[in-house]
Amino acid sequence: MSTALLQVNDLFCERDERILFEGLCFSVTAGEVVQIEGQNGSGKTTLLRILSGLSNNFEGEILWQDEPVEEVKEQFRSELLYFGHHPGVKAVLTPEENLKWYAAMHPSISVGDIYSALEKVGLQGYEDVPCHNLSAGQNRRVSLARLYLSKAKLWILDEPFTAIDKKGVAQKENLILEHARAGGSVILTTHHELTLGEQIRRLNLDELAGT
Amino acid sequence: MNQMVTNEQSKQVNDSVLGLFWAVLKRDLMLAYRRKSDLFNPLIFFLMVATLFPLGVSPEPEFLAEVAPGVVWVAALLATLLSMDSLFRSDFEDGTLEQTLLSPQPLFIIVLAKVLAHWMMSGLPLTILAPLLGVMLFLPSEGMGGLMLSLLLGTPTLSLIGAIGAALTVGLRKGGVLISLLVLPLYIPVLIFGTSAVQAAVTGLPLAGFFALLGAMLALGVVMAPLAIGAALRISVSG
Repeated sequence: MSTALLQVNDLFCERDERILFEGLCFSVTAGEVVQIEGQNGSGKTTLLRILSGLSNNFEGEILWQDEPVEEVKEQFRSELLYFGHHPGVKAVLTPEENLKWYAAMHPSISVGDIYSALEKVGLQGYEDVPCHNLSAGQNRRVSLARLYLSKAKLWILDEPFTAIDKKGVAQKENLILEHARAGGSVILTTHHELTLGEQIRRLNLDELAGT
Repeated sequence: MNQMVTNEQSKQVNDSVLGLFWAVLKRDLMLAYRRKSDLFNPLIFFLMVATLFPLGVSPEPEFLAEVAPGVVWVAALLATLLSMDSLFRSDFEDGTLEQTLLSPQPLFIIVLAKVLAHWMMSGLPLTILAPLLGVMLFLPSEGMGGLMLSLLLGTPTLSLIGAIGAALTVGLRKGGVLISLLVLPLYIPVLIFGTSAVQAAVTGLPLAGFFALLGAMLALGVVMAPLAIGAALRISVSG
């Protein structure tokens, strides 16, 4: 039994006087894919933001490799890849410049990999086109190229497949599986039917919701 | 031997910090360069105040010469304030701010580089333009040096303080008004010592004291403001 990468104990979150979840306990071990399910407004994004450390509006305990996350912030952040609602792509910069900036933010990424990552997400030939000239899906792809670059263990992906075509989705699913097989963990939300088979564990927020 | 290892390590850390600082600075300058309208907005505002002021009040050279230090300084202050709101807004809206906060890199350095880039796009051009405004407002030539030097020391402080307000209000939809309310009281000391320095330069009084105070405020700002800005950004994004 491997130790949990991320352990959540008794998590409570309230928003606008509505309890999103309380007493939420789960752990994510290496090699696991966890899909957070729930209807719109059930707090999926809120949960992911709490787990990634962006949001502080919660009570409870989050442990990263058995230590409270606040105490190992820097280590946690260097092992985390967060893909949010906003893709984090600057419209006036080119895909290459966007990823170079991301590499500067995460020193473990080598700049040399950027071209091959862009090629893998199907953006070869678009390296020098400002992102505002690209389609919505292509902009998401620029951000998804980070999945190929990152050496982070934990991926937190919030609706990663929005505006991505079918072939792209299949490719990303494979990537997620590979990451899990290599000992990484993924926590994601999506409304797509995932074809990841047995690998995936589901966590439904609707069942946990309080009143 | 041990000493050598730590030296080597600290050198590596220094290199990576400098690299990060440079990467953020370059990116923000590039962003500003590609959105030129944002760049000229504060400058045009600055010039407009100096052009309209004599028309509205009095074109008498003696009168204008007397109020010139204050007018130029107030115009520079308001122009900086005007440009402040955009500092973190676009980063907040497209999600790059989230990515910045989640990076393992020191936020202090990132924020400092961002503010420096902002100053190079607002405070520095204002300082360079200031002598032109001085001439338009009949500021005696003895005051020019004092005007430029006081702006050179004062506008970075304005940018640093303004960035705290910008970071606190970036999560709000209409943050512009609130920034002014939050930040204006903190701008007042800079304005007082800035204009006093110019007036002292015009009358031929010693300037060192004013510059020392402006420099002290800047030094304090460089050390403290990035901490406040970083904390404020985390609160804004968390909300």
